[in-house]
Amino acid sequence: MKNPLESLHMTVALGVVMTVIMVLVALGIGSP
Amino acid sequence: MEFAEHLIRWFHVLSGVMWIGLLWYLNFVQVPTMAKIPDELKPAIGKHIAPAVLFWFRWSAASTVLFGLLLGGMQKELGNWLSIGLVDGSTTSALIGIAMWFGLIMAFNVWFVIWPKQKIALGIIDAPAEAKPAAARKAMLFSRTNTLLSIPMLYGMIAAQNPPF
Repeated sequence: MKNPLESLHMTVALGVVMTVIMVLVALGIGSP
Repeated sequence: MEFAEHLIRWFHVLSGVMWIGLLWYLNFVQVPTMAKIPDELKPAIGKHIAPAVLFWFRWSAASTVLFGLLLGGMQKELGNWLSIGLVDGSTTSALIGIAMWFGLIMAFNVWFVIWPKQKIALGIIDAPAEAKPAAARKAMLFSRTNTLLSIPMLYGMIAAQNPPF
């Protein structure tokens, strides 16, 4: 299977998904 | 102290812009364009441009981390950030902390994977010719990993200072 990081578009898409996950984790950790 | 923090933050941002700018140049411009460059022109990239890019890339990575850690220490927030907000229960610390850990992982990748592998791939150090393609591939994949991490890293750094919620 091809490594998804070989595609620049997939890399950027994964980065955006990771950003959303990061925000959800940060909101779960604390109060603003 | 406040003015010193102000200056250190400026140095941190200047270094970070250079680091991520060069990372994105490598991933968005140089690597995708290499296949289209005629063979006789490729040595200009490998022998002149890439080594210069990698010089500023790795030292700007180091100074971004140095000034960032210094800033966290001066603000007495380093513990809260390193613990991703689990100590002070703050979303801001969580955001900047997770972003900081991404930045630390990225800087580690630069110094301990990408630069050593690029030295082999670009022929800066002596290595068997058959080792070069594998080294270039590993450097590229770790550079892509850093590109991936740079997206949430930059969001966390900005959102911690300008929270949208």
